[in-house]
Amino acid sequence: MATPVIELTDVKKGFGPVEVLKGVNLEVHAGKVTALVGDNGAGKSTLIKGLSGVQPYDSGTVLFEGKEVDIHDPIQAAELGIEVVYQDLALCENLDIVQNMFLGREELMQRTLDEPSMELQATQALQSLSVRTVKSVRQKVSSLSGGQRQTVAIARSVLRNAKLVILDEPTAALGVAQTEQVLNLVQRLASSGVAVLIISHNLADVFKVCDEIAVLYLGRMVTQIKTSETSQNDVVGYITGTKSTEE
Amino acid sequence: MSNPNQPGLNLAPQEISSGHEGGLVDQVKAYFSRIKNGDMGALPATGALLVLTALFAYLSPYFLTKLNFANLFVQAAQLTTLAIALVFVLLIAEIDLSAGVAAAVAMDVFYLTTTFGVPWPIGLVSALMVGVILGLILGFFVAKVGVPSFVISLAFFLGLQGVALILLGDGGLFRVEVPEVRAIMNDNLPLWGGWLLLFVVVAISAGLGFYDRYRRSASGLVNRPVSLLLIKLAFITVVGGVVIYVLNLNRSASDVIQISGVPIVIPIVLFIIFAGTFLLDRTKFGRHLYAVGGNPEAARRAGIKVVRIRITAFVITSSLAVVAGLFHVSRIGVVEAASGRTIVLSGVAAAVVGGVSLFGGRGRLVHAALGALVISIIDNGLGLLGFSAGISFVVTGTVLALAATVDAVSRRRGGSVRRI
Ligand SMILES: Nc1ncnc2c1ncn2[C@@H]1O[C@H](COP(=O)(O)OP(=O)(O)OP(=O)(O)O)[C@@H](O)[C@H]1O
Ligand SMILES: [Mg+2]
Repeated sequence: MATPVIELTDVKKGFGPVEVLKGVNLEVHAGKVTALVGDNGAGKSTLIKGLSGVQPYDSGTVLFEGKEVDIHDPIQAAELGIEVVYQDLALCENLDIVQNMFLGREELMQRTLDEPSMELQATQALQSLSVRTVKSVRQKVSSLSGGQRQTVAIARSVLRNAKLVILDEPTAALGVAQTEQVLNLVQRLASSGVAVLIISHNLADVFKVCDEIAVLYLGRMVTQIKTSETSQNDVVGYITGTKSTEE
Repeated sequence: MSNPNQPGLNLAPQEISSGHEGGLVDQVKAYFSRIKNGDMGALPATGALLVLTALFAYLSPYFLTKLNFANLFVQAAQLTTLAIALVFVLLIAEIDLSAGVAAAVAMDVFYLTTTFGVPWPIGLVSALMVGVILGLILGFFVAKVGVPSFVISLAFFLGLQGVALILLGDGGLFRVEVPEVRAIMNDNLPLWGGWLLLFVVVAISAGLGFYDRYRRSASGLVNRPVSLLLIKLAFITVVGGVVIYVLNLNRSASDVIQISGVPIVIPIVLFIIFAGTFLLDRTKFGRHLYAVGGNPEAARRAGIKVVRIRITAFVITSSLAVVAGLFHVSRIGVVEAASGRTIVLSGVAAAVVGGVSLFGGRGRLVHAALGALVISIIDNGLGLLGFSAGISFVVTGTVLALAATVDAVSRRRGGSVRRI
């Protein structure tokens, strides 16, 4: 199999005496959607924060496209091509879609904002994901639905040419139709060659779109398995600790 | 992999619009649908302006006289500048209650330096430096230390009143003998200067408007119908033309002397509005200021230096407030220890009445200017009708309460519309 975009080996992280990640392995491949599941407090968010540079790991190796890296701040993660779509999305409601997609990386021309160029690129990024739910790229985010906002946040990572996109519970707050749209978007994102890591508590969604499932249980990676080779019942077993790979 | 940044891909976006599509009628429809969604912009203030003008013109024979017309502009200039100054902190959902007294202290420094023989431009720079330094300190406390701006600027409000007393002593009026400063509010441009001003304003508006259109079409993007821009330019030309024509008429009550021309303060205020709007709309700093006002956490995660933006906002507010203080001194010709205490509240009121949100992230400088005009007209009109200052405060307070309510309601509507 090709070199994974990200490969974690024996990653550990503790807060004082509490060990939250107790030696975790994980591989995420380009063009694949990998789910990260686990019960509350299993350590999913902690694992993500290490990759995004917000909260570096204590020990273990991180390979990015086969090369060992030490991600210690968010800017460095962004430079590598790691983008995180947080659960709260981090959008400015008072700004429009284009302004949000380019926030912090505005393009300039003669020291003033290059609006046409940004508008064009934002439109193309949305089109490359076949987004049809957004009417105008100059709409204020305050006028968008939850699913549309999620779409904007995901499209922003496309704009930044991300190699690994991490989504923290992207459908948690959405209704049926919007969940469907966002999941489609996630699949299109992966089929454009991006590695996608998606945290979710919704196993039905996970089985619908993910190629692989990684299960954390109390800070240990119980298994990382192809979706086609497992069942929802088995995964529930892994999550709750009633099933393990060494049986 | 599909690359959205591919160069040479100049197709106009088909499925996703940009709000620039369609003819004049579509644009007008889009405007009304924005209003329906709570994005009212300058509409309430413009409406109030028209209604009040009609009302006072009907009630008082003096309201629409040439002299009062010019007076109104001069009276409004100081409040307009202060309201514009305050927009910068209001946009990040903060407040600076000390802006008025900070300006007064800065002008005290101007008085003291010029009285001791320092050339007035240096005195003016010193006054502005006082504004900058006060803004830096205030911004530091708010952005770095985390003291609520309401409290720390209230502390400055009190403390700086003390500083003014220490600098000037109790109760005296001190004449500012700088003709250049007195000229700002009391002298007028030559008649041709007014027409030149109109020409410059129209030329800049046209230049920017057509340049933006050119840039959009060069990128293969759709433009709004050109008629929209032409209507806007025609509007500026006609309204500006009428104003300058009236200001250029002789408005003197006596036959011996003649008073005519555009007050010098007007081009200064217009320049401040233009430069400030350019900064807010067309630069990275402006974009980041709105972002910090809309969602500071999102701004931080996007790599924006939130602390620096916040401190800069406070610096701009207090330095522009000093300019408002300069206008005040120019008008009354004196400094005194009690200056600047109440005007800051009118400044906040003006901004909010104009449509600048107290919740941050929403508002434009022209809105604040319109709001300042509304409040100045109320003041002026009620004064002409012989009402006491008490009535004027009550009416202004009521208008502010109304505006703040509109702000809160439209914010709620804007936040939760149309779940598809
Ligand atoms: N900064 C911290 N200091 C101390 N303990 C922490 C810290 N961050 C997380 N923890 C602990 O680490 C454990 C794992 O937390 P984490 O947020 O990674 O779980 P999670 O899998 O994301 O859970 P959820 O599904 O509820 O989001 C929890 O027991 C939590 O209390
Ligand atoms: Mg979590």
